[in-house]
Amino acid sequence: MKEKAKGKVIIEGKLVLKLYVSGMSSKSMKAIENINLLCEEHLKGRFELEIIDIYKNPKIASEQHIVFSPSLLKKLPLPQKMLVGTLSDTNKVLKALGITFEA
Amino acid sequence: MEKNQKESLLKTPTGINGLDEITNGGFPKGRPVLICGSAGCGKTLFAAQFLVRGITDYNEPGVFMSFEESESDLTQNFKSLGFDFEKLQAEKKLHIDHVRIERSEIEETGEYDLEGLFIRLNYAIDSIGAKRVVLDTIESLFSGIENTTILRSEIRRLFGWLKEKGVTAIITGERGENSLTRQGLEEYVSDCVILLDFRVIEQIATRRLRVVKYRGSTHGTNEYPFLIDEYGISVLPVTSLKLDYKSPTEIITTGLPALDQAFSECGIYRASSILITGNAGTSKTILAAHFAWSSCERKERTLYFSFEESPDQLVRNMATIGIDFEKVIQSKLLHIHASRPSLQGLEMHLMTLNRLLAEIKPRTVIIDPISSLISIGNNSEVRAMLIRLMDTLKINQINALFTSLTHEGHSENNFSILDAVSSLADTWINLKNEERNNERVRSLLIVKSRGMGHSNNQQHFTITGKGIHFTSPNKK
Repeated sequence: MKEKAKGKVIIEGKLVLKLYVSGMSSKSMKAIENINLLCEEHLKGRFELEIIDIYKNPKIASEQHIVFSPSLLKKLPLPQKMLVGTLSDTNKVLKALGITFEA
Repeated sequence: MEKNQKESLLKTPTGINGLDEITNGGFPKGRPVLICGSAGCGKTLFAAQFLVRGITDYNEPGVFMSFEESESDLTQNFKSLGFDFEKLQAEKKLHIDHVRIERSEIEETGEYDLEGLFIRLNYAIDSIGAKRVVLDTIESLFSGIENTTILRSEIRRLFGWLKEKGVTAIITGERGENSLTRQGLEEYVSDCVILLDFRVIEQIATRRLRVVKYRGSTHGTNEYPFLIDEYGISVLPVTSLKLDYKSPTEIITTGLPALDQAFSECGIYRASSILITGNAGTSKTILAAHFAWSSCERKERTLYFSFEESPDQLVRNMATIGIDFEKVIQSKLLHIHASRPSLQGLEMHLMTLNRLLAEIKPRTVIIDPISSLISIGNNSEVRAMLIRLMDTLKINQINALFTSLTHEGHSENNFSILDAVSSLADTWINLKNEERNNERVRSLLIVKSRGMGHSNNQQHFTITGKGIHFTSPNKK
């Protein structure tokens, strides 16, 4: 997450995010790191993030239709999105989360 | 299983009627099996039957991971086949997990793995102690993902993991244009691959199954017809692939003492097959009825397949020559099954026959006439079916009698029928009508009889109120 903010962040309401990881795998750790950075940088006070280890909650994986790991679920605002992978592609992540910047 | 002791590979019964015979005992235990075929060929049903029969017949709980149909759709669809998913789930014998992939919701943002799927599967397997797993159809994952390189290596890892887990798994895959499956899953599942096929030949739908590959085990390599009916999937044959049946030396009557005299052993061998050929009106059915009657007289159950006459008509007609079928039907010794040959495909007839064999357990089976069946299939199919039929009867030590209608002269049809049946029959009797001095003369000739001497004379007979009466004395 090397890019700096280009301007003021525009989002509608609060972002409700759930990150599903599988234990301490390197991909999981990377995703946690990436999402934490992103939230800190752009979303201070405007997000809710829950990190869930599906190893410890295997039932949730099925209930939430988790197939790929790590997976970041954007619950709100709608529409729901499932971000698959380590969240390394920042532009794609921002776009999928509906975060745009003022010019 | 006794007969598999020679094979080191442990097997899991498939739950598909007839398939265990072809695969020498079933699928490789604890390994993944790939079932491929085009859309609508019965893959999902195949998989579901494997699970359900596994639970009901072998007490092996199973996990159904569905990538296409939802749990409620599956439950609904298989209700008609008597698969009660709700009950099995309540009993903790079955676990259904619907893996829903919503392409529009997914965004790839970096490297990923399939741990989510692994965890779900692991949880499902452990929660019910599953021994069987179905993944139907894992290829659906490819529609939701762009980075297929990761997906492929993850699927390979999944199959390896299933093996380690020791579950016997069915993986279904849709047939690709140049490969067995669209995504080339056959590269990853190399232990056992089964191909299902569905085609329409002369307006009759036929389904075929072939074991493409079975590492470490012998298996039948032919294409086998299979059926989907109210009992699920059944594969033909329900017979062995070898010529290893027992041949009894016991002699039984043909139903006509005078005819018995024409054989050196005064009758024919038990569990042998008789073929009766002749033109229309040469008394083939009457000869068959005598044979059926003699079987009933021995208090042996008899199954009569009639493709031309209804049971009622047969009973009425035979009563005129003194054969009281009514009585033996009531005492449950005789069972007449009548159906139109064109009503069903060839396999369906054979399946009906197999089912009746299992149900009634007859010692004698009559098929009148077998030539009717030939009109509904092509030659090689009919021949293959007749061989299976004969094998089934021989293995079950059943006396068999087939009648076959031949036509005047040497037509193409005649040849194909005789070619198909005569080499399989142990005893072949030909009937003839000739006109002599303005009179019809009926005669009978024994063309062949395996393993015994027989009369070479043409024997004349008449039909009386007591059935067939030989006018010329029989000589051996």
